Amino acid sequence: MKRTQVLVIGAGPAGIAAAIAAAEGGRRVMVLDDNPSAGGQIWRGGTVSGGSRSDDGGGARQRALDRLSRSGATVLSGMRVFDAQVSGVVDAVRETGSHSVVERFAFEQLILATGARERFLPFPGWTLPGVFGAGGLQALVKGGYPVKGKRIVVSGSGPLLLAVAAHLAEDGAVVSTVAEQADMGQMARFAASLWSHPGKLMQGAAYRAKLWKTAYRTGCWVSEALPAANGQGLRAVRLSDGTREWEEACDLLACGFHLVPNTEVASLLGCDFRESYVRVDGAQRTSVEGVYCAGEPTGIAGFDAALVQGEIAGLSCAGRSTEALRKRAQAEQQFQLGLEKAFALRPEIGLLARQETIVCRCEDVALGALQGRLGWTDAKLQTRCGMGPCQGRVCGPAVEHLLGWKPVSVRQPLSPVPIDAFCSNNEDELIKEKV
Amino acid sequence: MSKLIAITINGVRNEVVEGTTIAAALLLAGQACRVSVTGEARTALCGMGICFECRAMVDGVPHRRTCQTVCTPGITVETNP
Amino acid sequence: MKQFDILIVGAGIVGCAVARECALAGMHAGVIEGGVPGGGATAAGMGHVVVMDDSPAQLALTGYSRSLWQRENQTLPAAVEYETRGTVWVAADDEEMLEVESKCVAYRGAGIESAILTSRQLAEAEPNLRRGLAGGLLVPGDGVIYPPAAAGYYLSEAGRMGAELMLSRAVKAAEGVVQLANGSTIRAEKIVLAVGTECDLLPALPIEKRKGHLLITDRYPGFLRHQLVELGYLKSAHQSLEDSVAFNIQPRQTGQMLLGSSRQFGSVDPRAESEMMRRMLDRARSYMPGLAQISALRVWTGFRASTKDKLPLIGPAKGLSDDGSLWLAAGFEGLGITNAPGAARLLVDGMLGRTPEIAAEPYLPARLIEGLHV
Repeated sequence: MKRTQVLVIGAGPAGIAAAIAAAEGGRRVMVLDDNPSAGGQIWRGGTVSGGSRSDDGGGARQRALDRLSRSGATVLSGMRVFDAQVSGVVDAVRETGSHSVVERFAFEQLILATGARERFLPFPGWTLPGVFGAGGLQALVKGGYPVKGKRIVVSGSGPLLLAVAAHLAEDGAVVSTVAEQADMGQMARFAASLWSHPGKLMQGAAYRAKLWKTAYRTGCWVSEALPAANGQGLRAVRLSDGTREWEEACDLLACGFHLVPNTEVASLLGCDFRESYVRVDGAQRTSVEGVYCAGEPTGIAGFDAALVQGEIAGLSCAGRSTEALRKRAQAEQQFQLGLEKAFALRPEIGLLARQETIVCRCEDVALGALQGRLGWTDAKLQTRCGMGPCQGRVCGPAVEHLLGWKPVSVRQPLSPVPIDAFCSNNEDELIKEKV
Repeated sequence: MSKLIAITINGVRNEVVEGTTIAAALLLAGQACRVSVTGEARTALCGMGICFECRAMVDGVPHRRTCQTVCTPGITVETNP
Repeated sequence: MKQFDILIVGAGIVGCAVARECALAGMHAGVIEGGVPGGGATAAGMGHVVVMDDSPAQLALTGYSRSLWQRENQTLPAAVEYETRGTVWVAADDEEMLEVESKCVAYRGAGIESAILTSRQLAEAEPNLRRGLAGGLLVPGDGVIYPPAAAGYYLSEAGRMGAELMLSRAVKAAEGVVQLANGSTIRAEKIVLAVGTECDLLPALPIEKRKGHLLITDRYPGFLRHQLVELGYLKSAHQSLEDSVAFNIQPRQTGQMLLGSSRQFGSVDPRAESEMMRRMLDRARSYMPGLAQISALRVWTGFRASTKDKLPLIGPAKGLSDDGSLWLAAGFEGLGITNAPGAARLLVDGMLGRTPEIAAEPYLPARLIEGLHV
């Protein structure tokens, strides 16, 4: 068992900021992250050296990582937390080669910086090879998938679409269209709110500059993805603006409908929620003693919010004052509310899926099989929807949007783990491993 | 100069740039990662280890998430064992 | 106020099987469920259709009920996933092999086909079992189903024949009247309590909760062919006081495997306990070392309804209650799936005065009352 004072779960911007603040504040800090390298999604590191650029806004990512390593905090990559029921302890698993290793971590304070994932809403053809999440395609590109010369349509909703489209364009893809389902009026109010966030305006402008060859359409969405005749990828997507429909040729589709918070660990710990987000006070404390939460799980508010919330959480753990940051944090909270309104989903999006459209991809459960069921539990038992390895992380938000069923309570293991994770002797094996 | 390493996908030798994830290598090779329960070809969706669509057998171990696994020299990948 | 011939409280597999039998017999039946049909113990358990010989009465009931499953398995819908996988009772040592031999004799006496497996035959039948086990007993007629779908099927059959489902919790059930949480009151000549471990409707029900842990794996088709049960399972099932574990693994049609089993008295906490999980899975891993790296998707618990003599309560509640309208189909412990069709038949036979295919006396609720002649 490894012991530390402050354990941070998640090495995205919030987790990195939290770890830096806590470590510089004198605490012994350990960070657990399930990706091969630190950075989370927005600061995702390319695994290929000299390969695709990461979104580092002028080196900010590297500076943060350098500061993190100077701070004395330890980062353990490839570690996925699956249980957090025993007080003061979490269990994590690392998949290496032919077997997995389970490790237990004891802590005095815990900072949850588990980020968010994309919301996927089903539409005909969404399961075809060639259809990716928006952030998903970006992650794959950073993992070494070249998109140079590929024709890509980016669709869905949220500020992530522009960021993804800009990166894909920088990597040599031909991004023909960005289709944002929110209409101009909604967006205009969001744009107006950006005046109080000049940094974000600059970033938005920078993205738009990279996309001068791209058609940016609001009030527009993909209604169907169409397969290529040879079975490799797509030949086109069908776009709609509510009045007319047209086909646009493309190789790949990157689509995502904003983000949903990763709140599973918080839920397992028994933290109080405010709607679907973890409730925190001004010092980022949750309702559970010694447990803090920073970033997207407290409200989808983007990168700057994650940084300031992470810093507040880390300073709180170190017993330092966070007053200087409170105003900034509150401003970011306003941004979150603006985001929600600006990118609210129009009714047509919930009507794209047909009876035969798959909703649960793990178990291939179509929409038709779900309609008429009594609720989530009945659907799980009678159709296996949500009973696959993703544990409802993909179909859950879709089911909530399409059928109105709220997610049921979370249980450990929070993700699939080898049976060995529950057996004896894992600790003995680990004593031999160097920290 | 990016170093190339050799891996095996469904019995066929492939060369990829060192540091490429297995999911990216499968996309490069034009191979789906898995076949769904009703027989659909599937590839990675979320790219961050959540959706499980990128699962494949890696070095004989089934259900490995290939988007979070970096290729190593000699690694073998099977997508429909 | 609505009137039925019979009201069945509880839409688990037993309640649904009873509803179907009642509808088949021409009764106007109502089924009452406060949660989700098939969502209680039915959903939590393993779904084995297995002959058990822990007592002659159990052997008779499981044998009879299994034969009912076998009679209709060709007509069950695909969603029920009925498979005649067979069970192998695994003997770890020579002492357990002696038990295998006496088990074989007992089964033969009851007309249940079984075959003794030597150590080598066991290894051939199940290559992923550890080497060095003494052998086992193959019971080829045992089956595996997906229980929630079976409950759903029975319920839809009952509905097809006129039964009605009411989705509201029963708060009172006595003297031919059932009151529901949604405010409705319903009358019937007979009320059947098929309520799993929820005994609040009849506190005199001599049922105790026995907590069990289960785990389901990802898909590994071919890893396991038969259901496997260690002989120690019977000892574990009969323990009254201590928490115990026994190796039990079942292949599902999807290629997933269900792993168990554990038994605890006195715990009402539905959360999985890491200590019990550790004991249960250490044991499973010792029988099948290859399980160590197999991916576990979910872990959960369920509560078995346990009676003192390990036999269910099937029949009028007489003895436990003066209420002439009350009947019971309860206390099935780990055999609710296996015994559902047989229990439903026995219950309705008893109501209609039909001669049952097996003797019904051992399961009459009144047997548990001292001094009462059955």
